[in-house]
Amino acid sequence: MKKTQQKRRTVMQVMLGAFAGVLAGALVPLGAAQAAEKIKVGLMLPYTGTYAALGTAITNGFKQYVQEQGGKLGGYEVEYSVVDDESDPSKATENASKLVKRDSVDVLVGTVHSGVALAMAKVARDTKTLLVIPNAGADELTGPLCAPNVFRSSFSAWQPAYAMGKIVAERGHKNVVTVTWKYSFGEQSVAGFKEAFEKAGGKVAKELYLPFPNVEFQPFLTEIASLKPDAVFVFFAGGGAVKFVKDYDAAGLKRTIPLYGSGFLTDGTIDAMGGSGEGLLTTLHYADNLTNPKDQAFRKAYALAYKAQPDVYAVQGYDAAQMLKTGLDALKGAKFDKDAVAKAMETAKIDSPRGAFTLSKAHNPVQDIYLRKVEGRDNKLVGVAEKALADPARGCRM
Amino acid sequence: MDFVSFLIQVLNSLQYGLLLFLVASGLTLVFGIMGIINLAHGSFYMVGAYLAFALTSLTGNLMLSIALGIPLAFVFGALLEWALFSHLYKRDHLEQVLLTYGLILIFEELRSLMVGDDVHGVTIPELFSASIPLSDNLSYPVYRLVISVVCLALAGGLYFLIQKTRLGMMIRAGSHDRDMVKALGIDINLLYRTVFALGVALAALAGMLAAPISSVYPGMGSSVLIISFVIVVIGGVGSVWGALVAALVIGFADTFGKVLLPDLAGLMVYLVMAVVLLWRPEGIFKKG
Repeated sequence: MKKTQQKRRTVMQVMLGAFAGVLAGALVPLGAAQAAEKIKVGLMLPYTGTYAALGTAITNGFKQYVQEQGGKLGGYEVEYSVVDDESDPSKATENASKLVKRDSVDVLVGTVHSGVALAMAKVARDTKTLLVIPNAGADELTGPLCAPNVFRSSFSAWQPAYAMGKIVAERGHKNVVTVTWKYSFGEQSVAGFKEAFEKAGGKVAKELYLPFPNVEFQPFLTEIASLKPDAVFVFFAGGGAVKFVKDYDAAGLKRTIPLYGSGFLTDGTIDAMGGSGEGLLTTLHYADNLTNPKDQAFRKAYALAYKAQPDVYAVQGYDAAQMLKTGLDALKGAKFDKDAVAKAMETAKIDSPRGAFTLSKAHNPVQDIYLRKVEGRDNKLVGVAEKALADPARGCRM
Repeated sequence: MDFVSFLIQVLNSLQYGLLLFLVASGLTLVFGIMGIINLAHGSFYMVGAYLAFALTSLTGNLMLSIALGIPLAFVFGALLEWALFSHLYKRDHLEQVLLTYGLILIFEELRSLMVGDDVHGVTIPELFSASIPLSDNLSYPVYRLVISVVCLALAGGLYFLIQKTRLGMMIRAGSHDRDMVKALGIDINLLYRTVFALGVALAALAGMLAAPISSVYPGMGSSVLIISFVIVVIGGVGSVWGALVAALVIGFADTFGKVLLPDLAGLMVYLVMAVVLLWRPEGIFKKG
């Protein structure tokens, strides 16, 4: 009995020794060209709650690009640490810190909810970790809170709304009422719209706000009917968007006062609107029938891999991976160096399914904003509302 | 605000208030009569809305779906009462909160697994899809008026049930003294099961009726839960009549708050609650 135990111990020791030998062997060529450096990517996205579908689409898009590159980005094998942020800002700092400190990720990727993204940006700045934001549109992220290590692959709230301001003025409307939720994204959208619309000679007659996420719109519809503006501009998303468009139609206002919106009004919501959305014009950095070959290849591959149609969120996830790859390429296989990666990402030209884009000084995409029209179940491309529109990055000192 | 707009806003207030009443009435029954703090009430509202969506996709007819959905919700409520809630009557409120909060999470997760996280719409039945013109450019959907009529009818029905029928008498007695009712030879367990199932059915009905105008989306239950509790508290716990009055008060406060004091709109409802509770700490219609 004792003997076997001893024997077992020696076996263990031999194995440990061998293991240590292998480890040492692996460590020796450090600095020389090596085959399989790893990069740890922390995905912090919503996988439960209202934004779960968005988090999944972003993850799918990101992983699709990595797959296309043979499971590697710029020669680095990608290892994921995944956290569900639940779109809960109060848990954001803790979740992001966990990824950075416990899992020691090299890059943070996240997230959808702007409040959570703001907390992530703070952690990224404090710990000097690279952060790529694949959706959250708060202007601040590439405005007052911009940082050398914080990038965005999506948009700023200002961008689609600003483009719409110009369109609405061009269509001959002089006098517009805006409606949105009273929270930062809604307010920033209205501010962007107003800036462009009033610059082009229009006038925002009244800005209506309701508390987030209240969806009792009837009092506002009554007010709009009595104000009789030329047009109405709104920002709503998800269930609120569906309800607003249906209510607007049911109140008979759609026939007399045209409705315009930031693209999220009709993204992923057209089916639920059941025909009420038909003909609506919105602006966004993506549309359903772009003609560039990159988009067609992307949509085909995505549909094949995930048995679902990709949306703007999948594109943003895909492009987050592309941006990261451009950065990693610059290292040429050397040890991960976030400053070098960030530097290379700044000058990247991303061949996105939405059309190629570059990054502004504040690290936000300089991109075409499309005018789309709801036809059937699609946001059909009408034209380019603003070519290579750059966020003004107000308050960014970098 | 001109006079026509004012009248339309009054209509908006009434209509919103009546819809709120429908959701809150089930809560006031369960909370007031059985003494259960049911945080999952909003989830039953959500279940109702998703039921309307699922059944309408199957049958193609909302009214048929509602006719099928009500008994389903009633049975579902009775089963839940038998399996879970019946063990709670003698326990602490904290344990009730724990169980019903757990149910919220379970229902949300089940919804996510079974239907997904997309937003869905339910079509308004052909019969009620018209609109009535109110001013030169504003019309009012007939369906909203139908909802109001249904809510009023239900309020009347509930009042009759609780005040004028034998079952109602037993329910009222049960809410005062559980043990005495038992001693009189009434099956209190069955009585409570019925009341609870009725509460669930009311919440689900509210969800089903609201589905075409509110659309069906994740988290819709929690948005009505808080406002329902506000109404129950303002109206006086357990009073159906109180819930109706409180729901209308909230309907007016919310509508006119949004129009007249847009910056305080989010606060309006709670200001009203604070004022009412200072004036009558037990709620407007608290009895004995």
